[in-house]
Amino acid sequence: MTISTVTSVLVWLPIASALAIWVLPLSRYATGSLAVLVSLVEVGFWIEQAARFDFTRSGLQFSERAGWISDLHVSYHVGEYGFSLWLVGLTVVVMAAAISYGFWVGRDRPRAYFGLMLFLTGATVGVFVSQDLLLFYAFFEAMLIPLYVLIGVWGGAGRLGATLKFVIYTMAGSLFMLAALVVYGIHTGTFDLVDGPTSPSRWLFLGFMFAFVIKAPLFPFHGWLPDSYREAPPEVTAVLSGVIAKAGVYGMLRIALPLFPGPASYYRTTVLALAAAALVYGSLLAFRSKDIRGVVAYSSLAQSGLIALGLFSGTNLGFDGAVLQMVAHGLVSASLFLIAGAVERRTTTGELRLLGGMARGRPALATLLLAVGVISLAVPGSAAFAGEFLILAGAFQRAWWWAAIGAGAIVLAAMYMLRLISAVLHEARGSTVGDEALDLRPGELALVVPLVGVLLALSAWPAGISHHSFAGKSPTSSVQGRFK
Amino acid sequence: MIAASLHTPHVDWFALSTILALLGASGIALLGAVLVPSGARRAFAATVSGLGFTGGLVASTWLYVDSASGHRVVSNAFYRDRWTALAQIIICAVGLATTFLSVEHLPGWSRGADRERRDDHVAEFFSLLLACAAGMTFFVGAANLMTVFLSLEWFSIALYILCAIDYDLEGSLEAGLKYLIVGSFGSAALLFGSALVYGATGSIGFQEIATAVGTQGLDRNLLLVLGLALIIAGLGFKASAAPFHMWTPDVYEGAPTPVTAFMSAATKVAAVVLALRILQTSFPQDSRLWTWAFAGVAVASLAIGNLAALVQRNVKRILAYSSISHAGFLLIGLSAGTALGGRAVMYYLIPYSAMAFGSFAVVAARERELGVPVTLENLAGFGWERPFLGVAMWFFMFGFAGLPLGGGFVGKFYVFAAAYDHGWAWLVIVGVVATLVSLYYYLGIVRAMYMRPSAELAVGPGAVAVGGGSPAREPLLHVAVAMALAVSVGSLFAVSPLIDLAKHAAGALPF
Repeated sequence: MTISTVTSVLVWLPIASALAIWVLPLSRYATGSLAVLVSLVEVGFWIEQAARFDFTRSGLQFSERAGWISDLHVSYHVGEYGFSLWLVGLTVVVMAAAISYGFWVGRDRPRAYFGLMLFLTGATVGVFVSQDLLLFYAFFEAMLIPLYVLIGVWGGAGRLGATLKFVIYTMAGSLFMLAALVVYGIHTGTFDLVDGPTSPSRWLFLGFMFAFVIKAPLFPFHGWLPDSYREAPPEVTAVLSGVIAKAGVYGMLRIALPLFPGPASYYRTTVLALAAAALVYGSLLAFRSKDIRGVVAYSSLAQSGLIALGLFSGTNLGFDGAVLQMVAHGLVSASLFLIAGAVERRTTTGELRLLGGMARGRPALATLLLAVGVISLAVPGSAAFAGEFLILAGAFQRAWWWAAIGAGAIVLAAMYMLRLISAVLHEARGSTVGDEALDLRPGELALVVPLVGVLLALSAWPAGISHHSFAGKSPTSSVQGRFK
Repeated sequence: MIAASLHTPHVDWFALSTILALLGASGIALLGAVLVPSGARRAFAATVSGLGFTGGLVASTWLYVDSASGHRVVSNAFYRDRWTALAQIIICAVGLATTFLSVEHLPGWSRGADRERRDDHVAEFFSLLLACAAGMTFFVGAANLMTVFLSLEWFSIALYILCAIDYDLEGSLEAGLKYLIVGSFGSAALLFGSALVYGATGSIGFQEIATAVGTQGLDRNLLLVLGLALIIAGLGFKASAAPFHMWTPDVYEGAPTPVTAFMSAATKVAAVVLALRILQTSFPQDSRLWTWAFAGVAVASLAIGNLAALVQRNVKRILAYSSISHAGFLLIGLSAGTALGGRAVMYYLIPYSAMAFGSFAVVAARERELGVPVTLENLAGFGWERPFLGVAMWFFMFGFAGLPLGGGFVGKFYVFAAAYDHGWAWLVIVGVVATLVSLYYYLGIVRAMYMRPSAELAVGPGAVAVGGGSPAREPLLHVAVAMALAVSVGSLFAVSPLIDLAKHAAGALPF
């Protein structure tokens, strides 16, 4: 056993570093460097963990268990499955990029800022590795605390309203999850996700799903999304849409589907309908959006719908595609929001009608935005194409019309993404685009290029994720067997 | 020869040692008010108070360890068991923290009073604080209706005076008077209820009441039920549970802030701990009645506390309503009427009292800085100016709201678990909705501290500290807040040991 096999390190190292940053009187530069260093160490740990991970073996790996609330059978139980490993990887990579971005732009009040970002890293990793319902819930809520402050303090002009909406929406969902998990845990006598039995209760399923569809979000629970994505600092939006939103769909995969197989199939059509609605409605809104962030924000809504479509299709292809798409879209939207932040810094605005013509003289920006945009609209050969294709094929096996709706939405995706690219890069030069708006600087390139590099690698070998998420005979049997 | 003809009961002095330590310290502090020169009075009285509470802590801890099998002492008037001892530990810890807080904040700080006037009754203050805590530590161990009423009045009278002690402070006298009148009403209800119960059963001992009810089949006797209802009302006043809460916001707002901090934590501990004991011991046959009554009171407290807090601007009033709503959460656990519920209540009280005390302590610091009542408007920028106090308040607010930054999270989980275990899923839903509503005002405080620039700070006339200068150095206040923070966060991680403590304590009750 080496230290990298200890899942807890991935959770508690950033949280401990956050405490250290809050306590130690470090300078601005030292604080930022320490935070970036810790986030890179996390990536390093994760890489070694991925290298040691046995993808052929089913069941929990790198697991740890300790007593927490013994008389109610709540324990500190963490560990990873194939798909959680990928989501942890997504988290540490995107967080490293976001923290570096914060360092590069020099956020005010650095100790508070970097401490909160690291705390967020730990809490998010915690969500993906928890194997106990109460622990999962604790981390799920703990993500909210730093996000609330990060948006509320470092956000744009309308931040106060946006944070309030964000917190009230998400807490409304998760408190019903709390009620549901109390009922489940007391009823079955254990809160453990691995040992716990399945439950036929539709109410409990709805309690959990309520939290997940708000976090993901699916139509019509996305009211918090546009405000938060627009008002948050760009790197926080990147994290929100790239990683945090994935916690919602991860919850469906880890808890709602395996623990409540009966209710899940009972409500399958409803969830699929909500997912399809999110997909189409989000795409349409993205096409009508007036600014870069609006486009990317609503496209995230659409993508959450697509992922949920894959999960609730309940087919092998759907599951594989959903996990691949979670990672691919996480990387895509994080890159897009970071690029949007770079554009906003140069022009003071994200409004499409004030932008334009940025490709001329800014080759790096143009290349990166085009590359990410093209991957995002699922051009054949890209990682997103592989994910969407698998999901649509899975949905097709469920019923052909789900796949038809999805395919239609992919056409819409091409429309909004190409509109975005041309509005920013091409067309006539916008009124806010001056000569002083430089190309991406080396610092910015160093953040975005690795993300795009990972995306290209995934495009070359999507099976790296889609064939390495579920061990055992098939994804469906793995979910039905509760990953044992 | 009279002594020989009187039956003097055997007195287990050790069982009373916590109370005696506090009372002794109280007497010494009172002597200091007369004998010690005014220059040294504050230091003397505070030291005595600190030593008294430390002594109380040691004694009650020892009692906890040494009272594994609970029994009654002093002719069955007082319980020597772990339920008593654990409650005493909490009360003494709150008292100790209050002592730290009060040295720099009482009485009459910040209103420009000269030092002489400021130190006028500092020794009396600490003496009353100790006496009040002594009354509470007696109250939680009371074993018959007589000792209940006696100790209730004992600590209540001390509290009335404490609320009114800072006569320079606008509203302090009013708060004291209001508390006196409404509090007396509550005491009267309790006394009348006790009389009715005695009338019905012919006994005043908790256990004897249960025996009488059982053997004579009195569980639907009108006198007894009426008496039970009045006892619940009387305890409801002290726990500031709705609909007996109307004094709470005014008194919490008007009283000197350290007194509010003490009251909000310790009084609630005393009232809730005794309520569970008396109901469980004396009225097990009527448990259907009182569990429903408490469920109703809990729902009312949650509704009134949370909804009223939404529209407040004064931070002390917000926290007062929050304390009403937490009475509701505690009563959810209590109304389960099971061992799990008892454990949940006892555990909940630990982080709750830390957070309640700590949040008022932070308000006290800001109040001293500004010289005017703290509102959401004049909290602007506080979090950045006083980083430690800001972060502490941040933890307390998120902890109150039940987010996993402190034991409040586990406490809520526990009372919900107890309610569901009792078969009351609807009460869980009520609690969940109440938590959601409460988020608005807790986050409102965080927002006011961190997300508004200090440029927006608008301080009304009468402020003393506007115009620059560092805030006063308050090392002891920081110690008090750090204690509260440590308990509140520590109780999230040390759940199992604390639950074991609470379990052994609840084991003393006849579930």
